[in-house]
Amino acid sequence: MARKRPDPVQVIKQRRDAALSALVHGVPYINFLGIEFDRRGDELTAVLPYDDKLIGNPLLPALHGGAISGFLEVTAVIGLSWSVLWDEIEHGQTDAEEIVSGHLPRLPKTIDFTIDYLRSGLPRDAYARAKVNRSGRRYASVHVEAWQDNRARAFAQATGHFLMPRRDG
Amino acid sequence: MRPARDTRKNEGQIAKMVEKSKIAKQFIQAIPHSSALGMELTEIGDGFARIEMPYAKHLVGDPETGVIHGGAVSALMDTCCGAAAMSHPSSPAGTATIDLRIDYMRPAASGQTLVTEATCYNITRSVAFVRAEAFDDDRDNPVAMATGAFTVER
Repeated sequence: MARKRPDPVQVIKQRRDAALSALVHGVPYINFLGIEFDRRGDELTAVLPYDDKLIGNPLLPALHGGAISGFLEVTAVIGLSWSVLWDEIEHGQTDAEEIVSGHLPRLPKTIDFTIDYLRSGLPRDAYARAKVNRSGRRYASVHVEAWQDNRARAFAQATGHFLMPRRDG
Repeated sequence: MRPARDTRKNEGQIAKMVEKSKIAKQFIQAIPHSSALGMELTEIGDGFARIEMPYAKHLVGDPETGVIHGGAVSALMDTCCGAAAMSHPSSPAGTATIDLRIDYMRPAASGQTLVTEATCYNITRSVAFVRAEAFDDDRDNPVAMATGAFTVER
């Protein structure tokens, strides 16, 4: 018996992007900071476009440590949640259309978060990527790195532990 | 004579309090991100700072429960710890966060103001060590705790 033909590439892409967008834009604080996610396959890059309200020291000027940690924590939570969802969507356990129509999955809860400020954040766009070092049924450990102009020169990094949402059924 | 002197003293104290609250207001106004989050400095001095952040819709991290996002809590903690370091009697000229660890013990109750109190418990020539707690209306159970190291600019 012939395998079912996969959906056309643009249909799959559109569905995945719409699911990610629904997940991200469902959180008011993420919208307040103006964070967007750029997706290449299952890899996400968080983008924090520069805004005057992100400044912590107007004299330098430099980004606020709190804006940076907020950005890193958002990157970690969305990165972790997306990595779990990605597998579920791929295996047909979760329907991307469900997410798009507003049935958002519960997000992981932060247990602790440790931020390392390596250099001051310049008044320009910032980028970050999360690496899920362990993702268990209940707990997860995630590392995040953020950079600005130069990928090799991170300006902040963080490690956080998260409590995974209960998956009933 | 006596009542007159007391009145003068009160006026002096009131003027001092007004001056202090003016400084507190200016402190937050000088930090665009902190004022965007609606923070209010309510006490500062001798290595101690208290900052309040009223509940606001744009701070929400979980729309279903209305709980404030951890990122907003950490911004509050960071600002408060920095303020405590700055207010230490050895008066640093400036400060920047080296690292900050936050433990989230429970979600903050939806609709309630978050209050953070930070203490700079040790300071060297170049590093300030600070710890902080955040509360909602339930003052017996902190929402979050933080410990951090800050640079000391002389």
